[in-house]
Amino acid sequence: MVKDLSVNLCGLQLQNPVIPASGTFGFGLELAGSMDLNVLGAISLKGTTREARYGNPVPRIAEAPHGMLNSVGLQNPGIDVLVNEKVPALRKIYRQGVIANISGFSVEEYRECCAKADACEGIDLLEVNVSCPNVHGGGLAFGTSAKAAAEVTAAVKAVCKKPVFIKLSPNVTDIVEIARACEDAGADGLTLVNTFLGMRIDIVRRQPILANKMGGFSGAAIFPIALRMVYQVAHACKIPIMGCGGVASARDVIEMMMAGATAVQVGAENLRNPFACPEIIAELPAVMEQLHIDALKNIIGTV
Amino acid sequence: MIKQNYTIAENKLVASDTYRLVLAGKGTTDGEFVHLEIPGFYLRRPLSVCDAKDGKMMLLYKTVGEGTRALTQLPAGTEISVLEGLGKGFDADACKGKALLVAGGLGAAPLYLLAKKLKAQGKKVTVVLGFNKKEEIVLEQEFKALCDSFALATLDGSAGTKGFVTDALKALQPEYDYFYTCGPMVMMKAVCSLLEGPGEASLEERMGCGAGFCYGCSIQTAGGPRRVCKDGPVFKKEEILW
Repeated sequence: MVKDLSVNLCGLQLQNPVIPASGTFGFGLELAGSMDLNVLGAISLKGTTREARYGNPVPRIAEAPHGMLNSVGLQNPGIDVLVNEKVPALRKIYRQGVIANISGFSVEEYRECCAKADACEGIDLLEVNVSCPNVHGGGLAFGTSAKAAAEVTAAVKAVCKKPVFIKLSPNVTDIVEIARACEDAGADGLTLVNTFLGMRIDIVRRQPILANKMGGFSGAAIFPIALRMVYQVAHACKIPIMGCGGVASARDVIEMMMAGATAVQVGAENLRNPFACPEIIAELPAVMEQLHIDALKNIIGTV
Repeated sequence: MIKQNYTIAENKLVASDTYRLVLAGKGTTDGEFVHLEIPGFYLRRPLSVCDAKDGKMMLLYKTVGEGTRALTQLPAGTEISVLEGLGKGFDADACKGKALLVAGGLGAAPLYLLAKKLKAQGKKVTVVLGFNKKEEIVLEQEFKALCDSFALATLDGSAGTKGFVTDALKALQPEYDYFYTCGPMVMMKAVCSLLEGPGEASLEERMGCGAGFCYGCSIQTAGGPRRVCKDGPVFKKEEILW
């Protein structure tokens, strides 16, 4: 029997739920020559801010058992280049979902960037990043307070017609409280989770490995924690969730969906294996067959 | 960029803490470096391609951490996942007729493949290699057999000129119209400030994806931010902000 992998994200129909997570797939264009991007469910583009940013000094990558840390710090060419160059170039070769990931340092910056992304024809959905652990005075500052997260959500919703997802940080005491605040402020959906703030030290040089000292920890090691958070939020909120954190296989995708995710983002795994997303998508029908699943949409939040 | 499995044909200690890894497969052998998956380690390890022919590629690596130490334990016959076709390498065409290649330590590895290309183009090639001590010397015979002029320096004086490659360069006064260098940053900085005229250097940085989409290895250059893995690792002398 033909397996139905499709899911619907606030009216955006995806052929499958697999989405490369923001920051782990560039602007899609970087990988266009190496694979058929059109097998993906959607792409979440690299986090974008109002002004172009270089990000943090190198080294900004460190390894950990079953995971990695990054302190890239939102390197991006700025919102105008995103909407005028990157997205139009991607749209010439790619017809599946496009998610713009927007970050900022003030409510006004979020509002301004999201309005521009909302007006960009090639973008289907907005993901508002209030959870980047790598920039000071921005990103995460909005994601660790229910009040600030709600304020950003309301400001962005006021200027956007497209679905707005808020990408949440796991670096909080109670993610459910923040998720509820975003839902109450009008968010159409939630993405969780971003990376965990972590650190590694080079014990020979007696210095942090990352030039920025700390960075976001991601990879297979965080999967059970991310899954738990998706499960908790799915049981507390009604809006759809993009589950993210340590997903590395078709089985992980199904597990995330059973926990409550409507779509599933693959992040750090792309850095180990650039072909992770197409491989997971190709693997899904056989795993569904083994588990007697005919349509992925039927398993969302069933546990 | 493509991903495929190779079989380890040889993985042998050839100098102090230095191993030669020969991989057999049907690869493109295109690209400046490969990104190897080492069982038990999350991220791949980037290694420069030293030589490639007849479906085999030869790499040299030094044991600098847990990952490369684990790599030494993989015996011949082991399958290994390789991402290949990565990086922008040396521009052999930039040299009009007389090339100068200056390596520090394992920086000699990618320069060997370059020397072969330059010789195939009929150019005159001078090579200067520098090592800390004679136990670390690699590729000496290979370069001697291939190149028109060869000099060696060791820091402790156990072989060749005693001192840095810059000391050997000052003694040799080689003729060249374009230079290429690979080695530790301090060494390449010294080489680029000593040598006049155009040239290029191969940089190194901690990488994530190795293929230009994670932006983990972006450095600042005279022309703005550049990814070492994709826009480099080789950059023109004047682009590099030391």
